[in-house]
Parts: sequence; structure tokens; C-alpha cells
Amino acid sequence: MSSGADLLRVDGLTKAYPGVVANRDVTFGIKAGNVHALLGENGAGKSTLVKMIYGLVRPDAGRMQLAGLPHTPGDPRDARASGVGMVFQHFSLFDALDVGENIALGMENAPPRRALAKAIRDVSTAYGLPLDPGRRVGDLSAGERQRVEIVRCLLQEPRLLIMDEPTSVLTPQEARLLFGTLRKLRAEGVAILYISHKLEEIRALCDSATILRQGEVVGSCVPAETSVRAMAEMMVGDSLRAPRARPHAPGDVRLSVAGLSTRPVSPFGTALKDVTFEVRSGEILGIGGVAGNGQDELLASLSGEMRSASGHIRLEGRDIGRLGPNPRRALGLLAAPEERLGHAAAPDMSLTENGVLTAHDREGLTRRGMIDWRRARAFAEGVITRFDVRTPGPGTAARALSGGNLQKFVIGREILQRPELLVVNQPTWGVDASAAAAIRQALLDLASDGASVIVISQDLDELMEISDRFAALNEGRLSAPRETADLGTEEIGLMMGGAHGLAPA
Amino acid sequence: MPGRAAGMCGMIALEKRPQPSRLWALATPLLAVLLTMIAGGLLFALLGKDPFAAIRTIFWDPLFDPQFSGYSRPQLLVKAGPLILIAIGLSFGFRAGVWNIGAEGQYIVGALSGAAVGLALYPYDGWIVFPAMVLAGLAGGIAWAMIPAILRAYFKTNEILVSLLLVYVAENLLASMAVGPLRNPEGGGFPGSRNLAQWSGSANPELIAGTGMHWGVVAAFIAVIAAYVLLARHMFGFHVRLAGQAPRAAGFAGVDPARLIILCLGISGGLAGLAGLFEVTGPAGQIGIDFNVGYGFTAIIVAFLGRLNPIGILLAGLLMALTYIGGELASFMLDIPMAAIQAFQGMLLFFLLAVDLLVNFRIRIKRREIAP
Repeated sequence: MSSGADLLRVDGLTKAYPGVVANRDVTFGIKAGNVHALLGENGAGKSTLVKMIYGLVRPDAGRMQLAGLPHTPGDPRDARASGVGMVFQHFSLFDALDVGENIALGMENAPPRRALAKAIRDVSTAYGLPLDPGRRVGDLSAGERQRVEIVRCLLQEPRLLIMDEPTSVLTPQEARLLFGTLRKLRAEGVAILYISHKLEEIRALCDSATILRQGEVVGSCVPAETSVRAMAEMMVGDSLRAPRARPHAPGDVRLSVAGLSTRPVSPFGTALKDVTFEVRSGEILGIGGVAGNGQDELLASLSGEMRSASGHIRLEGRDIGRLGPNPRRALGLLAAPEERLGHAAAPDMSLTENGVLTAHDREGLTRRGMIDWRRARAFAEGVITRFDVRTPGPGTAARALSGGNLQKFVIGREILQRPELLVVNQPTWGVDASAAAAIRQALLDLASDGASVIVISQDLDELMEISDRFAALNEGRLSAPRETADLGTEEIGLMMGGAHGLAPA
Repeated sequence: MPGRAAGMCGMIALEKRPQPSRLWALATPLLAVLLTMIAGGLLFALLGKDPFAAIRTIFWDPLFDPQFSGYSRPQLLVKAGPLILIAIGLSFGFRAGVWNIGAEGQYIVGALSGAAVGLALYPYDGWIVFPAMVLAGLAGGIAWAMIPAILRAYFKTNEILVSLLLVYVAENLLASMAVGPLRNPEGGGFPGSRNLAQWSGSANPELIAGTGMHWGVVAAFIAVIAAYVLLARHMFGFHVRLAGQAPRAAGFAGVDPARLIILCLGISGGLAGLAGLFEVTGPAGQIGIDFNVGYGFTAIIVAFLGRLNPIGILLAGLLMALTYIGGELASFMLDIPMAAIQAFQGMLLFFLLAVDLLVNFRIRIKRREIAP
């Protein structure tokens, strides 16, 4: 890399937190008019690095240069003033306000309302981001909300735009729209720092990439000339084995859901509307869709946390709609919710106690209500060994585990109980590549052994890789399941509801 | 603004421990007592009293002074008994996030119900009388606690407000009973019931002379053991802890929130009712207008001082009883105002809550290390 032409130059950046070095001596550069990918597993130090560039965190050592001048932002306002914009993975928008008001709130000197509305319209037309400044943010889809954040950045005319996992909330069509915008910005000479786990997308979009592992730069590459596998292996520092299913034939219908409608689990949730599907033994049903379209409601209705009227959910012909979680577990229906800390596991409790949480009945960990802590500990140790959970031992509090390790524990806890039907929501969300592969392999093995599996996920690649049939949730409605092998990206996008706001109003 | 907070690098920083420290969980109550002694000593010195004499009078003399310990040593169990019994009951709800602030009311209603059964049977004095009164006291406390329990479980009202306000209702009920239906017909028109302690059928006597041990103290010890087993070994205790720490995980584990609220308030109300019954049949002796002296409120402090742990509550109840007896002694002997004694007792909770931070956080002193 020739530092002379770099718009942003990062040199020897180091940031340590107590007990962990988040970034050690990180050096790289981005040229103007370039899309540069930052690759790495969770915990590799990507977020700390971009937070330093955006002024949210100050480095312990090292220096940054922006267009040849020292870049030492004290806070994000400084960073924005010197031409750095950032679109976060989690939006900071007010649902009750309209698009224009939200954008004005994020600007230092917001122009008058009318002028701002015009500016928003101009920018959104110029960059192909359809957006109406008068609409209430609460009514927008995730993709449209992201456009609000992007337009807010673009109004400040940034020289460097940082995007943190922008496509994780988008349908394929919406993602394509976003790529169009980013290419247009690149053509205008804006530098883009792009963080994503989706390596195919990085190959299609990015000009160069820096790979981080455990806080250090371990390599760089030109994504278009590097295979997905090679990039993944650089991230992990190890060779990867793709999950593979053993051949087996689906059997009889195990679960049938017919005409299921619910209320939302929370005020911001989405009610299920007339959901109908079946799962056979030995089959993996993948359920895709953008987050917030009824995934939590579907999991809660199946796990028994939310009861439904009788007659809509049948497990092996038996009506289970009115049963709570424990009676359903007794019948072999186990579940693993999306939120690991606080829902699937209690943060301050040990792994042993978290094992008791769902396994006390099926694993015989209690006798007349009294917990047998010796057996409970042995069960937790079993999960730790079988699923390679990296932890000092079963006495460790759940919150002390990394996300990926806790997820392995949560999934392993259910699989070791030999479910007849396992329902998982976002099984590999925020989990590094090797742990994700292990979890997917475990789900495939479970199905090969005759269990039924429902995988709710926003990761389409994951669903295409492991599921036999695919359906999508969109605003609480479930599309009719289709054989995964017959599906193309275009059809999947349409099942997910297409691109919101693409059609002229 | 998160940016500013993260950008600043103070000299002293709090760092969350990966897991709660067991050592500090044990050490913080002792540290709190020590800090209370120091700050209290300063307070007494400012009032012109000898701080060392005051601390000794509060903590040492009630137990070991040859002149006073004969009277005050039995008082330790008499005062600690109801505090421990009520605090044990409260600890279940407090762990589960069910906030019963009205144990004082449940204590009063338990005493009234038990006394009413005893007085209805008077002058029959078979062995059945006392057990019947105990059951009635238990039932009275539970019934009073069911009002906030059902309102919270099914109508989402705030149990803190409902249970607290019911204390004042109970106090008025007590006053009207003391001058009305439960008044001693042979009492010459004075308010107050017959003396239940002096009538063999209903008496809750000192079981071992000179110790202060009565059936209420026995019940408190049984409650400590039962609570310990429930919390450490039983699924109910597990679900109570789970519901308090992670409500969504509790729902996932199949805990029914309404049932948990009713059980927690039922346990705390029942034990408070029992404490009231043992008090009215023993140390207090009769239903009077000023029967309740605040055990139900002090027990809240005892529960937290004991870290909601049964053994901790046992020790905290004894310590709190000691500061009460010692405080009265200091007020009487050294002429320290009662308000200063109460401030001293308040400091105990204050310091405990302050140093409690050390269980989950450690203090780091760091130098500024920021790139130029």
C-alpha cells in the first residue's frame, strides 16, 4: 500500500481494555474512491477499530491521518466535521418522529424544515435511496430505516463512510439497492470502510480487504481474486470444513401448524397471521425473513412461552397449543431462543444452573423437586465437552462466556436432550465461522438421526446450506414452504416481501 | 453521550468482574459494620459523647456487661426472632422481584386473627388452642398479603404501593379491634385485649429460662433452615432466583409469573403473620393500640443486610436486634438522643449498599495513557 495516495491512513493503532488487547499495532490505509472491507470474526477488534476512527474510543498508541493531516477526533462530532460518517448496525432513530425530524436531530446545524426536506429528497434521488421525509419512522421497514441513517450521513458530504454490517437487516433486493448507492459514492471518490460477515458480498463489492484476528492485522487481499474459503480461513486461522448432511429420507409429519394467529410478544413485536406449515421427521425447515417480522412470536408459540387457542399446533397429532414450555419439553419439543443472555440463559447463573434451566425434567436432574447438583454438573460438563465450549468449567457464570461459546452451550444443552423437534432462532448469530460450522453440523446430524428441526434465521446462506425446505416470514405471515434446492435468490427475495419502498407509491 | 464517557479516562475506574466475587459477598457486611462504627463514632463525638464508650455500649454491654446483660441478653432473641422470621419470608419475594413492603400490616393482621381465635375460645384452655391460634395467625398474614398479590398478578397494580398502604389500613383495624370486639371485658374500659401470655391456653412462654427463646424464635430458626434448603436445592428456589435475575429466561424455563407472585407474597405474608401471632401471645401479651413497633419495616433492612441469604439474614437479624438493645442502652446510659441512634442504624444499611458494589465490580486505579 502506498501511503501517499491514502485518504485514511491508520498506523500502529493499539487499544487495550483491562484483560484484553482489542487492537494491537493495526496498520492499513484506504484510498479515496475505494471500498475497503474489514474482515474478522466476532471479537477480532473490528468495532474497536472503527470506533477509534469515528472518535468514540481513543487509541492508547498509534496515529491516524486523514487526507495527509493528523486525525485525532475527540468525539464523533469532531470525526463528522473532518468528513467521517458512520452507519451503525443498530439504528438510533425515534419511532414517533418523522424522517425529516430524525435526520435534523442528528445534524449539527440542521437547515430549516423545508430546505432539509428538499435536501433529503435530492440526496435520496441522486443515490437511488427512495425515502419520503414526511413519513413516521415507526412505520418504516428495517431497510428504510437504514436509508434514513445513510441519508443523514450523506447530507454531511463525508469523505469516508463507515458501514457496520449494513446488509444484516436487508432483503436481497434491498441489499442490491444499497450496493448501487455505495458504487455511486465510490465513483464520486468517497472512501468506504465496509464491515460484514458475508464474504460473497464482500467479493462482489469491495476493492481491497484487511483481515483482523485477535486484534492484529493478519493479512490483506483483493476480495475479487480470493475465494470465500481462503478469506474465511484467514479470519479463523485454521482450515474450515463445510457442514455436510448424511443422506436420509424425511419421514412422517411430526409438527403441524394450521391457521396460527397470535398477539405480538411485545409492544414493538409483530403478530403472527394465519401461519400454516408442517415439519416431517428427519427434515430441517428453514424460516427466513428480516428481523421483527414475527420470528420471536413464532418461537414463543412453539416453545410454549406464548399459548395459543387449541387446535392450531399439533405435535404428532396431539394438540399442544395450550401447553406451557415444560409439558412441551416432556413431549420432545425443545427450543433455543435468539437472545442468549437473559432469555436462553440467565447471565449471572453458572453453566450448571443454566443446564437445569431447561434440562431438569428430561435429564432427571431433580427428584421430587430437589435438584441433584452432582448430576446437573455432570450434564453441563457433558455439553461443554461434546460441543467444545471454551470455558474454565461448569461453575462459570454464563455472562463470562463469549457469545459464540455461550451459543454452543445453549444449542448443545438442547441437542443433548435428544429432542424430537428442535426449534432454534438465529443459531449462529454473532458466532465465529468455526463455531457456526460446528452448530450447523450438529443440526444436520440431529435431522439425520430422525429429529425434526426448525431453523429461524436471517442468514440466508445458512438456511440455503442446511435446510431441506424454506419459507419466509413477512409482517407476521409465512409464505408456503418450498424445496430449498429449487430456489433462486430472486424467488427468496420475493418470499421475504421484496424490497420495501421500491415500487412507486 | 456515550462518546464522551468512553473517551474519558479517569484516575479511578470501576471494572465489572466476570463473575460476582464470593470473598467480597462475605466481606462486605463486615466492612459495612466497621464503616458504620467509624462514621457512627464520629457522629457521637460531634455530639460531645465519648465515641468508644458509645460503640462499646451498643455492641458489647448488652451481651457482656455484668449489670445489664442479665436483662438484655434474652432480649436479643426476643427482638431478633420476629425480625428473622419476617425477613426470611421477604427474601423470597425480593429475590424474585416481588416487593412486599407491607410486612408490618401482615404482622398486625396475623396477630389479630390468631388472637381473635384464642379469645373466641376463652376460657377453654385445651392443648388445641395454641396450635389453632398459630394456624389462624398464618392464615391472617397470608390473606392480607393476597390483596397485593392478586392485584399484581391479575391486574398489574404495583404491589409496593398496595402492600405499603395496607399497613395503614391494618393499623386502623388494630386500633378499632383493641377498643372494640377484642377489648378485655374485664379491663375496666381500657383499650386492649385480655393478656394472652398469662393464660395457659394461649401463652407462648420463654422455653428455656434466661434465654429469651420462645416458639417464635424456634419458628425463625426452622424458617432459616427451610429457606436455605429451598433456595439451594429445590426447583422452587431455583425459579425464584431465575425470575429475579432474568425474567425472560424464567418464562422460557416455564415459570408462571402469576403463580410465583402469589407464592412469594403468600410466604412473606404467612411468616409475618406468624411473627405477629408469636409476639402477641408472648413478649407483647395483648392486642393493644400500639402493638406493632415496626418489625415489619426493620425486617426489610435485615433482609438486605443479610444479602437475602438465609444464614446472612440470621446474622443480620441478631446484629440489628443488638443495635436496638444497645441503642436503647446507650440512649439511657450516655444520654445520646434516640434520633442519633436511629441515624446510626440507618448508616448500617447505607454502608452495606455502598460497599455492595465491590461484589460485582473491582476498583482499578489507572494512569492516563492517551496517544498524543
